[in-house]
Amino acid sequence: MSKIQESVIIRTVVRIMVPFIELFALYVIMHGASGPGGGFQGGVIFGAAIILYAMIYGIANGKKKMSDSLDRILASTGLTIYAATGLACIAFGGMFLQYRAVPLLSDPAQVSKYLIDLVEIGIGITVLAVMISLFFDISPPEPEVEEAEE
Amino acid sequence: MKTLALVVVLITGAMLIYAGHDLPAFGDINSTAYQAPMTQYFIEKSVPESGVPNIVTALLASYRGYDTLGETAVIFTAGMAVMLLLRRRET
Amino acid sequence: MIWILDITMLFFLVVCAIAAISIKDLLSAIIILSAYSLIMAIVWVEMHSVDVGFTEAAVGAGITTVLFIATLARTEGRSED
Repeated sequence: MSKIQESVIIRTVVRIMVPFIELFALYVIMHGASGPGGGFQGGVIFGAAIILYAMIYGIANGKKKMSDSLDRILASTGLTIYAATGLACIAFGGMFLQYRAVPLLSDPAQVSKYLIDLVEIGIGITVLAVMISLFFDISPPEPEVEEAEE
Repeated sequence: MKTLALVVVLITGAMLIYAGHDLPAFGDINSTAYQAPMTQYFIEKSVPESGVPNIVTALLASYRGYDTLGETAVIFTAGMAVMLLLRRRET
Repeated sequence: MIWILDITMLFFLVVCAIAAISIKDLLSAIIILSAYSLIMAIVWVEMHSVDVGFTEAAVGAGITTVLFIATLARTEGRSED
């Protein structure tokens, strides 16, 4: 356990900041359609929040929040959401990823808008899972395990 | 070897600066990229067609959705490859 | 377009790029690359390309630095060249 991880200030600031960073990441994902942002950026910010937590509270505690199996499941879920949206458009008689073909609402532009949001969520889930698993796999092993203070 | 590298870098830099003079000015409304028919089409039609106010998102997720799907697949594959190569087995 | 800001940012961009490749200590090089990404993000936003600037700030200055440092912790930490 390094010196920076023992610092009370850093531990407290990280514990307070992580939920807000995650909230901002969700905002970036959902606001991608009407402003700057999108699934990729939001996913990276969400991943950065969990990586920040794991850096300060230890990899073992980080893996309690985001286990290896959950990583794998989330990474494939995001890509599946994206591909399934495209295939659903084929099922309703359009072309692959032709959102207007899905007859959910009367206005095709509105359908397209909501499906673009869904696609962005899919991208975000994949990116956040991959970023977190990259960090967990690359980071050097930590010998001792210590409990997170609640 | 280092002198050769410096010469190559200097020549490349000089060529890039020379080519930079032919680029359109920043925000030039008469530039080829802005006057292209597809640019005009996207500026006029992307909001009514995709329902998204942000043209960048409309292009990435709707018009070039196949490309973005490929990008996501690339990220997914890269993550899976790192997972396979570096993941420590818990035994 | 604020040309003084532009010139200043581009000057620091070149300084950061040269410093990142010429420094021996790899940890310093990583931090300088992070600063490079931050300046690049400001330049992107200044050029009204907010989406690209956003990505540059999140990926370049954030995740890449962490991943580089994590890789560095497993390796030697000094450049031969």
